[in-house]
Amino acid sequence: MSFLQIENLNMSIYGIDILKNVSLSAAKGEIIGVIGESGSGKSMTAFSVMNLLPAGAGVSGEITLDGQDLLAKSEAEMCAIRGSDIGMIFQEPMTALNPVKTIGDQVAETVLIHGNATRSEARAIARDTLNRVGLPAEQFPLSRYPHELSGGQRQRVVIAMAIALRPKLLIADEPTTALDVTTQAQILDLLKQLVAEDGMCLMLITHDLGVVAEVADHIVIMKTGEVVESGETHALFRDMQHPYTKALFAASSHVPDKGDARGSKKPLLEVRNAVRDYTMPRKSVFGKPQSFRAVNDVSFVLHDGENLGLVGESGCGKSTLTRAILGLEALQGGEIRIDGVPVEAGTHMSHDLRRKMQVVLQDPYGSFNPRHKVARLIAEPLHLLEVEPKGAERRQAVEEALISVGMQPSDADKYIHEFSGGQRQRIAIARALILRPDLIILDEAVSALDVSIRAQILDLLTDLSSRLNLSYLFISHDLSVVCSVTDRVMVMNAGQIVEHGKTEDVFTNPQHDYTKTLIAAAPSLKDALEKENN
Amino acid sequence: MLRYSLKRLMSLGLSLLAASAVIFLAIEVVPGDPASYMLGINAQPDTISALREELGLNVSALSRYVTWVTGMLTGDFGTSYTYRTPVVDMIGDRIMISLPLAIYALTLSTLIAFPAGILAASKRGSVTDVSIMGATQLGVAIPNFWFAMLLVVVFSINLRWFSAGGFPGWDEGLFVGLKALTLPAIALALPQASILARVMRSALIDTMNEDFIRTARAKGLTRRQAMWRHALRNAMIPVLTIIGLQFSFLMAGAIIIENVFFLPGLGRLVFQSISQRDLIVVESVVMLLVFAVVLVTFLVDIAYAAVDPRLRGRS
Repeated sequence: MSFLQIENLNMSIYGIDILKNVSLSAAKGEIIGVIGESGSGKSMTAFSVMNLLPAGAGVSGEITLDGQDLLAKSEAEMCAIRGSDIGMIFQEPMTALNPVKTIGDQVAETVLIHGNATRSEARAIARDTLNRVGLPAEQFPLSRYPHELSGGQRQRVVIAMAIALRPKLLIADEPTTALDVTTQAQILDLLKQLVAEDGMCLMLITHDLGVVAEVADHIVIMKTGEVVESGETHALFRDMQHPYTKALFAASSHVPDKGDARGSKKPLLEVRNAVRDYTMPRKSVFGKPQSFRAVNDVSFVLHDGENLGLVGESGCGKSTLTRAILGLEALQGGEIRIDGVPVEAGTHMSHDLRRKMQVVLQDPYGSFNPRHKVARLIAEPLHLLEVEPKGAERRQAVEEALISVGMQPSDADKYIHEFSGGQRQRIAIARALILRPDLIILDEAVSALDVSIRAQILDLLTDLSSRLNLSYLFISHDLSVVCSVTDRVMVMNAGQIVEHGKTEDVFTNPQHDYTKTLIAAAPSLKDALEKENN
Repeated sequence: MLRYSLKRLMSLGLSLLAASAVIFLAIEVVPGDPASYMLGINAQPDTISALREELGLNVSALSRYVTWVTGMLTGDFGTSYTYRTPVVDMIGDRIMISLPLAIYALTLSTLIAFPAGILAASKRGSVTDVSIMGATQLGVAIPNFWFAMLLVVVFSINLRWFSAGGFPGWDEGLFVGLKALTLPAIALALPQASILARVMRSALIDTMNEDFIRTARAKGLTRRQAMWRHALRNAMIPVLTIIGLQFSFLMAGAIIIENVFFLPGLGRLVFQSISQRDLIVVESVVMLLVFAVVLVTFLVDIAYAAVDPRLRGRS
């Protein structure tokens, strides 16, 4: 029998089937990748192993760890197992730590709660474990609070909490999804190293095929609560059987058909020496306020009909730049012009100018007012027109916008919660399209979507761009997405554009060190498989 | 932490200065001259002006404001127009009832609300939870003066455990004093405890749904341990806010209860002074109440920082 064995696991919540006959197994020292899109049941499988399921859950089947039947354990016995035999890491490092306790206390708590250690012993173990996960004592004393750490550092603390007692099984639920690519690469390396050192079994749950292809020994592919395919990583990718696996694989490396490059020489968006400073809190009561330069002397031109990419990690200034282009924040230096007209932040900005550009944001859940119907949501930008269409005319504009993004006219009478994430993003695009703008700014517009949905939205975007002669400023941290849809790309780091050029050139032959690091850090399914084949 | 406290202290000072100006101006524009009010409608103009002189009303408003503020800083609150006694003595007597009453009621309210809120949150959806929430609903709905009368009927008239009103003074001993304040404190505490228990419950339930509670559970903590060790302190921010507001309310808002129990507290003093145009007393009591509110806000701010390290700033 394998070290971790799940046999015919069925789970339902208030009678709704969530998991159906899930079976998987993993050996000691092995990394098993569990892949699936949202709603596939991959996290619920992990929570079943931990026996931390939501209220109303009923489980049947068998889960054994090192010969122990976990489903037969009482809650008290499970409390003794959690944290000592099984450790778990979560997706969201920003909220996974208690904000009012020091990192030392939180790591030591794992040791204390399982007894067998005095307070000072527990703190010594906490110190050792934090050192192990790359948080040395000089910079990261035990007295640090979570808010003083970055996302990647917090994830290291969560890992330290999970491995403090050297568990036999470590479950990592999307441990790098919320992190930048370079941080992601570091965290994955750390996990691999810990598995090798402690000989534990790692169950790595992710939606990113690139991540598992690089790390996992075995892969389990899940869809709507069922395992559709499993096997040794490279064998599985070489010889995909299930249509869903093939579809997932195709979607993750999907390149939409861009058509011919249309770029004219007419500049649509010009940014010249843009500078944006933020005022920081004063260090002393009478001291001069410090400032932080988020955008530092950025210049570029986006031509009519062109798709331009802007790539960078969190905090690089790309969102600040976006807000400045949209006229939501004033610059401290330089200028931004749309079609030759300068953008002025605030109420001074003319409706004429606002009409020329629209934006689609990352969060398809948070960017709509839940109390308005879709018709009202989509028609919102219409007030920017000199003569605002009313009645049937307005309705027609809404329906046209919906049809152009592949939705039904009848969807106009529904509320936003009735749609899936992908559909909401289509509605967001429809809202941007209704004014027939020249430029759409896509700020991480596909980052929150599953790969197959993402592929559909990317197809839609490229189709719209050639049909309606739209220009995109495509902002993302995801290199593969930017690579697939843009003509030219700019790489931004610490407020500056460090490299720009034709998309293919930048990705195949990066010049700047930062671009090289970024490309090397990005997990790529293709590269991982090629490496294996050679 | 020190920087944060100093900043809060500075804003405390500024709030008080602003409040004193607003109070003074508000009283200035109130119609009714204290001197003519005190002497009645048939008073001779020269008698009135003599009295105005005596009361210090005939100098400019600005110099009266300065005298008032500087006087307060040295503990001199002026002399009551009506009773011709120092305001500070009048307030002193009253505050010895109002302040202990407020603290007593708040202590009771906290002692009831914390266990009730925690119990309801930890047994969410159970009969216990539903009963506690039902009781608090009732507690919020019942007018406290009616509840006060009910207490008098049961505990004073029928059981004869407490006197129905009045205050014997602290000279009679701490126990006697507290005993006299018990029924009013209970009447005041009931609605406060109900509100606080509801806030405590919902704050705890919200916190129990946070990601870090899941992390704590994954470490092997039981639900109860996760609640006591991780959720409770995080849930304190909204609870502290409510406690601060309640204390301010209890200091000044006990007028009705003071009347029901014939307690000579600050609430009744303000009420009497307003009806007698004893403006100097009104000004001083209102200022004192503002001071109490601002001070409590300051203490709550400090408590926030003690609870939540994110508010302490870069120290």
